[in-house]
Amino acid sequence: MKTESRLEKLLSAGQFVVTAECGPPRGADVSALENKGRCLLGYVDAVNVTDNQTAIVRMSSVAACSILKGLGHEPILQMVTRDRNRIALQSDLFGAYALGIRNVLCLTGDHHSFGNQKEAVGVFDLDSIQLVKTVRDMREEGTIIGGADIQAPPKMFIGAAANPFADPPEWRVVRLAKKVQAGADFIQTQCIFNISRFERFMNRARDMGLTEKVSILAGITPLKSAGMARYMSAKVAGMEVPEDIINRISALPKEEQADEGIKIAVETIERVREIEGVAGIHIMAIEWEEKVPEILGAAGIAKRPQI
Amino acid sequence: MIVAEIKEIAEIRRMIDRYSSILVVGCDSCVAECAAGGNRETMLLAAALRLSYRKDNKNPVITESCLDRQCVDDFIERIAHLVPDHEVILSLGCGAGVQALARVYSDKPIIPALDTLFIGETEMRGIWQENCLGCGQCKLGYFGAVCPVTRCSKKLMNGPCGGSKAGRCEVREDIPCGWDMIMRRLDTLGELDRLEEYVPPVDWSTSHSGGPRRIVREDQKP
Repeated sequence: MKTESRLEKLLSAGQFVVTAECGPPRGADVSALENKGRCLLGYVDAVNVTDNQTAIVRMSSVAACSILKGLGHEPILQMVTRDRNRIALQSDLFGAYALGIRNVLCLTGDHHSFGNQKEAVGVFDLDSIQLVKTVRDMREEGTIIGGADIQAPPKMFIGAAANPFADPPEWRVVRLAKKVQAGADFIQTQCIFNISRFERFMNRARDMGLTEKVSILAGITPLKSAGMARYMSAKVAGMEVPEDIINRISALPKEEQADEGIKIAVETIERVREIEGVAGIHIMAIEWEEKVPEILGAAGIAKRPQI
Repeated sequence: MIVAEIKEIAEIRRMIDRYSSILVVGCDSCVAECAAGGNRETMLLAAALRLSYRKDNKNPVITESCLDRQCVDDFIERIAHLVPDHEVILSLGCGAGVQALARVYSDKPIIPALDTLFIGETEMRGIWQENCLGCGQCKLGYFGAVCPVTRCSKKLMNGPCGGSKAGRCEVREDIPCGWDMIMRRLDTLGELDRLEEYVPPVDWSTSHSGGPRRIVREDQKP
């Protein structure tokens, strides 16, 4: 094992893993976070704690990771390079490791023009791939950027994101390869609604031998309503919701749309499980964490392996 | 060149209303090219100010003049004879021009009439595009002469982010994705392989992050 991460243990044992997103509150409300965390406890192998997602100010992901760890979760610390320069990022990596956090997901982050602090400076000192390499060098070389030695270097299990639905399509697998080469151990993908496009992405990744080197977790988001489907398709950066999915939900009366969204999520899980090289799923149930057990139950994967 | 835009008259007036004699000074270089502060715009601004003051029944002295360059002492000195008769200089130069005037005419208030925006090019008449941030370590040779630091909204160095859709940036539909441009250009040149290599973190110490920059060249001094 490269790290003390439980997620790494499960993936190297060949278990089909389940992770889920748990967004910190827009304030210091610990009980709100704990309530979300409790919904997921026992149903997922690790929780992703988002870092001011869509550039909305929220409780820091390091603090929220620590609180969720206290509940018994295995946290995955999401880190975006949008808001912090290399000094702050590396410092937070030390701090997170000191608090017992063993997984990190390295991201660039949505542009701050999406959020509620549009006048902010966009930092972008590093990009996500450079952050992956930074965390890798801490673990493998025991150094920070520039080569200085670290006393007790953090040994993190390193994640990165992949968006099979962004353009240009031919570039997406090249970028995945760059992330793997920089040191990514696992990948969590953007929400999948276009399964055939995801399949093509996975085929190319397999052809390039990438699925041998990195564990790919397929991103799943249950749609709550036709409105949400349309909003995600039109407004959310890097998201593709095909017309047939939007039509399928829109055809139903409002009160039945949420159930249909869950049905689509369950079908998607069943289909991506069949794709060779998919090592698990990552559920992003946005402000709908309480539905995760139901989705996993319906997909027949609610029982998590013990290690 | 430096690209700028003229401020609203109301904002300019808030800064100059306290003075009764105003020397309006244009710059016939970069800001003339972007139709913000050249000879023509200087005359127009002076006329607009006169009109604006007349509406308020005020009649300050307004004199206009345009320098060939507002950022070089040899040119700046050409308005020396006008300066003593005015309480304030309203500059249509870029930020560099405003500050150069302030250095030379150290006892005069200098007020900017423009918002200085970026280093860019005239794509066509009426369209100016930012394409250089002056980072101090030009890497255009690796990126098909499209700057990732400037043309990518996130300054990404290792390829497009997940928000690139149909050649458009996630920030706004009217922003072309810089990385899409880089890839098309390298594809045309048959040099796409350049992008497979990992690009390490940028050394920003040569950019403004290292503090205000200054070049001293002994061979150029008088």
